[in-house]
Parts: sequence; structure tokens; C-alpha cells
Amino acid sequence: MPLLNTLPDYVLTTKTDELLNWMRKSSIWYMLFGLACCAIELMHTGGPRADIDRFGATPRASARQSDLMIVAGTLTLKMALRTRLLYDQMPDPKYVISMGSCASCGGLFQLAYSVCDGVDKILPVDVYVPGCPPRPEALTEGLLKLQEKIMTERWLVRAPNGNGKHIEAA
Amino acid sequence: MESLQILERVKSKFGDRVLELSEKKPDPFVVLDPKAIVEVGRFMKEDPELAMDCLSNESGVDYKDRIEVVYHLFSYPHRHGAVLKVKLPRENPAVETLEGVWKSANWMEREIFDLLGVNFEGHSDMRRILMPEDWIGHPLRKDFVEPAEYHGISTVRESPIIRLDTKKK
Repeated sequence: MPLLNTLPDYVLTTKTDELLNWMRKSSIWYMLFGLACCAIELMHTGGPRADIDRFGATPRASARQSDLMIVAGTLTLKMALRTRLLYDQMPDPKYVISMGSCASCGGLFQLAYSVCDGVDKILPVDVYVPGCPPRPEALTEGLLKLQEKIMTERWLVRAPNGNGKHIEAA
Repeated sequence: MESLQILERVKSKFGDRVLELSEKKPDPFVVLDPKAIVEVGRFMKEDPELAMDCLSNESGVDYKDRIEVVYHLFSYPHRHGAVLKVKLPRENPAVETLEGVWKSANWMEREIFDLLGVNFEGHSDMRRILMPEDWIGHPLRKDFVEPAEYHGISTVRESPIIRLDTKKK
């Protein structure tokens, strides 16, 4: 039986922060930003088969419109400065996923003179996705983990003692 | 033409400006007087029997006591190739640019300058090509010492491989 036009006029109640977090986690716009081969998997993740858009994540071409930076690939010292600049251009609240071995620890290239071994040397990282490169499923899992993290944040309401994590707004 | 024949032809033309001829296979080579490189290059390109119209690779090697620049030439009309080398001192190595003969030398010479510090005299754009412009030193030199940090990013690498190594000792 269809539910169409059968329900009374409901009012839903929820907590302010949870409503805000739910809205934010459902529209994580990530920056169109790739450094190396992981970027191929990143594109794949945004493509029709893995389709990360199902979770509200869609690529933005500008850092100023992005909530999430997915560091996809080997970070060289030369690029590290540019990456930091892009991160600084993103509006708060912003998140970082370190995708693949190279972004997490330098990976195969960590001993090279030109490589920064780990993006966490220059940015705060929220989720690390292992793999070389991670499959689209792994990156999707990383996004879901980030969504879980966003749901625990408290921005407007003071967290109750003992339960619920209080995260200081920057 | 076989590679060795090409090099012998170069030797007969330039005489003692060819310092050394190695017949070692698979790639025989000649070591040239650095001052002759442009002249030899132009001859090999313009001589109709050699017609080396392509500088397919130019690279540098650090041998601890010297720096070598290696030129791999190829001829599309004759489908043959040859290798030239010049030996340079490690202190302020410099050689004339081949950019005027083969344009493709431009970026390859910039790379050799970037990584080994060879100065190509007469080059139109002698800048670093890969490393950041404010980088100090030439990283493929055997005596290159990595700076402790680059713009506040520490270059101390927490490699598990190195940690395993130190445990053994």
C-alpha cells in the first residue's frame, strides 16, 4: 500500500548539533586534487561504479568551496608547500583524508630526497586510508569513517560530561 | 652503419680531440674533449652519411672522481645510433650547450644541471627543472647532504627500514 498522502502532519524533533552534523556529513564536497597514481583511483571512486556521490560527496574544482581534501599520491617537498597553501584556502570546518601509503608515510618513496614522508607533517589528518593505491571501496570506507567522525562533533551545544565528544571549534 | 664505424669516422675526422674510443659492446662510445662537443655534434648531425638528427638522451653520471655527461644519438634516416661522452671535473663542471644543434638538449641539460650541477655554457634558460627553485645543492651528487628541513618541514625520515638497520648494529 502506498504511503502517499496517508500520514498526519508530523513534527520531527532532533538535537541541533546532530541535525547540523547530519547535513554536513551528507554534503562533503572534496577538492578535485590529485598528486600521483592514487588520483586515478580517486577519479574512479567518483565515477559511476563506485559512485561516492551516493554519500553526498562531490568534487569541487576550487579549494574555497571544498570541505574535504583527499591527499591522493606521493607528496613531494615542492608540492608540500602548495598543498599547505590549498589547505589554508579551504573554509572551516575542513577535513583531510590521507589516501594511500605515500600520503600516509611516504610509501615506496619515503627515503627519496625530494619526498615528504607523510602529509601529516604539514596538515592535520582525520582519516588514513591504507593501500597502494587503495581501491575505490577502501576510499569509500574512509569517507564513511569521516562521516562517523563528523557525527560525533559538537559545535553549538556544550557536550555533556562523560559522554559525547566535545570538539573545540577552530 | 655500425656504431663502431660511426665512432671511427668521428675519430678520423677529429683526431686527437677524441680522447678515447671504447669498443665495449653493446654500446661503444668515444670520450671527447669537452671543448669539441658542439663541433662534433654539428658534424654528426650534418654529415649525410651519419645524419644524427635525434639526440635521444642526454644524461649525467657522478663517478666520485669526475662527472660524465653522456649523449645518446640516433639517426632516423639510417636507423643507427652512437654514444658520446665528456669527462668533467667535479669542481664547477661546465661544458658547452648542445641546444644550438639539437633543441631537445634544452630540458635534458636543465635536468643535469638540477640534479648534478653541471653548468651548460650558452644555455638559453639555465634554471632548475624538477627541484624547487630555492633548493640547496644538487641531489644526485654522491656528496649531497640533505638539509635538515625544507621550509619548516623536517626531512628526518622515520623509516622502519632504517630502524631495522640500526637494530642489527
